[in-house]
Amino acid sequence: MIYLELFWTFFKIGLFTFGGGYAMLPLIREEVTAHEWMSTSDLINFIAVSESTPGPFAVNISTYVGMTVGGLGGAACATFAVVLPSFLVILLVAVFYDRFRRSRLMEGAMTGLRPTVVGLIAAAFLSIGKDVFFSNGFLVDASFLVSAGIFAVMAVLAFRKKHPILLILLSAGIGVAAGYGLGL
Amino acid sequence: MDFKLIDLFMTFAKIGVFTFGGGYAMIPLIQREVVEARHWISDDDILDVVAIAESTPGPIAVNAATFIGHKIAGVKGAICATLGVVLPSFFIIVAVSCVLAAFQEVRAVRYAFWGIRAGVMALILKALWSMFSQCKKNWFAYCVMAFAFNMVAAFHVNVILIIAVCAICGILYRQVRACIEKRRG
Repeated sequence: MIYLELFWTFFKIGLFTFGGGYAMLPLIREEVTAHEWMSTSDLINFIAVSESTPGPFAVNISTYVGMTVGGLGGAACATFAVVLPSFLVILLVAVFYDRFRRSRLMEGAMTGLRPTVVGLIAAAFLSIGKDVFFSNGFLVDASFLVSAGIFAVMAVLAFRKKHPILLILLSAGIGVAAGYGLGL
Repeated sequence: MDFKLIDLFMTFAKIGVFTFGGGYAMIPLIQREVVEARHWISDDDILDVVAIAESTPGPIAVNAATFIGHKIAGVKGAICATLGVVLPSFFIIVAVSCVLAAFQEVRAVRYAFWGIRAGVMALILKALWSMFSQCKKNWFAYCVMAFAFNMVAAFHVNVILIIAVCAICGILYRQVRACIEKRRG
């Protein structure tokens, strides 16, 4: 039952992601590739799409995976599932607000979770990087050099706080030019 | 139907439509719409909203919408605000996914995405760096980072398991530190 599987998977993703946005990436990557719903490069493509369309990344990626795997019904299931845990948890927190704010338990959990997310994203960055830069094995060929060049330029721009959509458009432009120019 | 509920839905739909990238990008917009334009909550409340949205699971935008909606109009308000923030992106992505499927085989589009993938790596690196800089740095944090990284990179352990273990370690660490501080007076 694909709807149930989508629901359960995205419910887990919603429940175990702290910090939102890219913090969700390691978990989504693990689940989506394990189910063979999406390849790593499709996932990276979609990050670019999500940065250029409105709305939170988590909601966008859930809708997209749901849509590709199970059509409109699948999209509704996945999106509902990813939102449901936060909705329920926030309602609980809102009721026990003052106790939650002073809870040493919660503070402790966050002390553990913040560095965890950093470690997890670093690991995801490396393994995704392997797919992006070395898709034809560990070769230093034209395709690798162009990718590495784009990465270096965009990293400089990103750290200068240029807008992500600008970076994506520039990368796309260089990709098209290099692709036709070098006949890759 | 209650006008406040419709207003909540419309306000958060507007916030949903105009936020690209989600998460923190949404906070200034929420501030403008909910605090300055409608006076539903105060400036101090916004800080609480951010703190709570960060320390509960799920997307920050959804958490903030649910919390503010509940504060203003109870459970019904929470539902309206959450639907408001989610529905626009839902419909946009449903439309986008049809377009993407149609253009994926075009050669220029393939080249464009090939370039984009390298660019996205830069965005991930930037996100990694800003999360690293926001993280408190002491021996415990570095140990947890190294542990989480190695468990995935070298041993391919399940991500949820790592998250659960590290949360428990954090709780124990805080308890032990609180005990030590108490003993020192």
